[in-house]
Amino acid sequence: MAYDKFNILKSTAVPLPIENVDTDQIIPARFLKATERKGFGDNLFRDWRYNPDNSPKKDFVLNDPTYSGQILVGAKNFGSGSSREHAAWAVYDYGFRCVVSSFFADIFKNNCLNIGVLPVQVSAPFLEKIYASIEADPKTELVVNLPEQTITLSSTGESESFDINHYKKDNMLNGFDDIDYLLNIKENIREFAKDTPL
Amino acid sequence: MKKTLFDKVWDSHVVHKIENGPDVLFIDRHMVHEVTSPVAFLGIKSRGIPVMYPERTFATADHNTPTINQHLPVKDPLSANQLKALEENSKAHGISYWGLGHEKNGIVHVVGPEYGITQPGATIVCGDSHTSTHGAFGAIAFGIGTSEVEMVLATQCIMQQKAKSMRINVNGKLGRGVTSKDVALYVISKLSTSGATGYFVEYAGDVFRNMTMEGRMTVCNLSIEMGARGGMIAPDEKTFEYIKGREFTPVGAAWDTAMEYWETLKTDEGATFDKEITFDAADIEPMITYGTNPGMGIGISNGIPMAEAVEGGVSTYKKSLQYMAYNEGDNMIGKPIDFVFLGSCTNGRIEDFRAFASIVKGRKKADNVTAWLVPGSHKVESAIKEEGILDILHEAGFELREPGCSACLAMNDDKVPAGKYAVSTSNRNFEGRQGPGSRTLLASPLVAAAAAVTGKVTDPRELMQELV
Repeated sequence: MAYDKFNILKSTAVPLPIENVDTDQIIPARFLKATERKGFGDNLFRDWRYNPDNSPKKDFVLNDPTYSGQILVGAKNFGSGSSREHAAWAVYDYGFRCVVSSFFADIFKNNCLNIGVLPVQVSAPFLEKIYASIEADPKTELVVNLPEQTITLSSTGESESFDINHYKKDNMLNGFDDIDYLLNIKENIREFAKDTPL
Repeated sequence: MKKTLFDKVWDSHVVHKIENGPDVLFIDRHMVHEVTSPVAFLGIKSRGIPVMYPERTFATADHNTPTINQHLPVKDPLSANQLKALEENSKAHGISYWGLGHEKNGIVHVVGPEYGITQPGATIVCGDSHTSTHGAFGAIAFGIGTSEVEMVLATQCIMQQKAKSMRINVNGKLGRGVTSKDVALYVISKLSTSGATGYFVEYAGDVFRNMTMEGRMTVCNLSIEMGARGGMIAPDEKTFEYIKGREFTPVGAAWDTAMEYWETLKTDEGATFDKEITFDAADIEPMITYGTNPGMGIGISNGIPMAEAVEGGVSTYKKSLQYMAYNEGDNMIGKPIDFVFLGSCTNGRIEDFRAFASIVKGRKKADNVTAWLVPGSHKVESAIKEEGILDILHEAGFELREPGCSACLAMNDDKVPAGKYAVSTSNRNFEGRQGPGSRTLLASPLVAAAAAVTGKVTDPRELMQELV
């Protein structure tokens, strides 16, 4: 599916300074029963966000009106565990367009790139600066500039560059997806398959 | 140029290379299940394109299936709807479908090897992170997201950058009661859940050479739990012996041709890895986890580490112990437990049931324990019956359930209640993984059996028959 184009995102951010956040926390398995991609944002971080009686847990950041925005700032090893793309869908459906971390789990990172959520990997010290800046002023904005591959703290002007391969960057900027690319080389694939026994 | 096993298989499947971008990788075999495929099928439908090579995709229902009364209609309407979608999608596109009740039904990573779908040197993907299991045969096998499932359906390819390479050697002889599961949990405890992120792992050394194919599957299965894309083991006589004569295994001249290729599938002498780590088998004990990720494991006779001694954030560590209601320094031996789960794509094969039975034989299930014994497939279930294991289990007060993923991820009714402890042979001890509020202790089938008959965490070596 083609997705939203990503260029420059200027937004406040939601801090989640917990390490090893696995995709079972991002969306628990019991919410994976849908056959269509909709409504997953309601169950983002379900068991951290709601009590068993469905009342919101007051101390969880998504229930704290102080914090909002289109950027989620996670910690080291964000998105580990299950390959469920539903985790990336939940992040997107909730309204995030960018996830920042000092280290991403592989499959989650790929899944984000495939649906138009930009994973931005920063150094551990810069991540600490982001947290400090949000703590000092929850309304502070981060600027994620995909063409320049930089992330900047509006409050101090401090900036760091991030990596993304050229192909994926182009896809994100234009809202292209991999299947369009693959369909264009279908004949090459067919040739290749001829020599590849089942 | 000297190549690793991973290089050989990866490079031979690259259809097209994109400069400063991913490789277009051809996928030999694709497995799908009900949870991560429906949106992919919707995707190709909305694009108006067919499945390019339906004969290369295999569907089985496993994640969302009940493990009792499978002959009856599925009660949960959402689960039933997802199972129906898989059946309809498979039939509409001419894909082999082994649904609920089918004699070949079972967990995707158990049935793949059982029927010879899994072969050396193949590229195998599935929308499930434990696809790494198939690496035990010298295949490149890894989990993908639903967008990628759609890519494979549409074009039999995915686009990914080649991972870095890591070799993990374990040499020496494993001690009594130390299984493939313990080796894997030990390695993960040393590397952490992110220690192999960005890498594809090859397992080498006598410990893996001496392991059975099922043991190798358990090890490769858990590769993802240290962050690795996948893990693989070079095929050998054991591998060829295992796959020979299975339904999807080549025969006759095709077998000979395949063997010529398969015998080349080993890392060249002198090939280099981006990272290489070596462990000594003698250092490994039966393992158990005490926290909320698979890296939080210790030898069963040890105490829970102090927060200061652990790498990573102290607050995250303390949050984890708080969830488990354990304290730093606690001994694991003697901790009371409530549930035992034997099963999953990690430990739901016949050898796992043999191991479990070897401990419970002549003993009785502890009264305080609820045990769910779930075979990985109907084929495993049949073997349990044929080998007389079922009788042993019944005599000890255990029941056998029907195949599926079950309490590994608790999508069906097999949920551990909040606050309860489960010794589980599965692969993840994340918060709520086995049901909201559940607390999971990952371990081998031997440790699970010892817990099941004593009602608490017990060193299985105390209950093992003395070797004659």
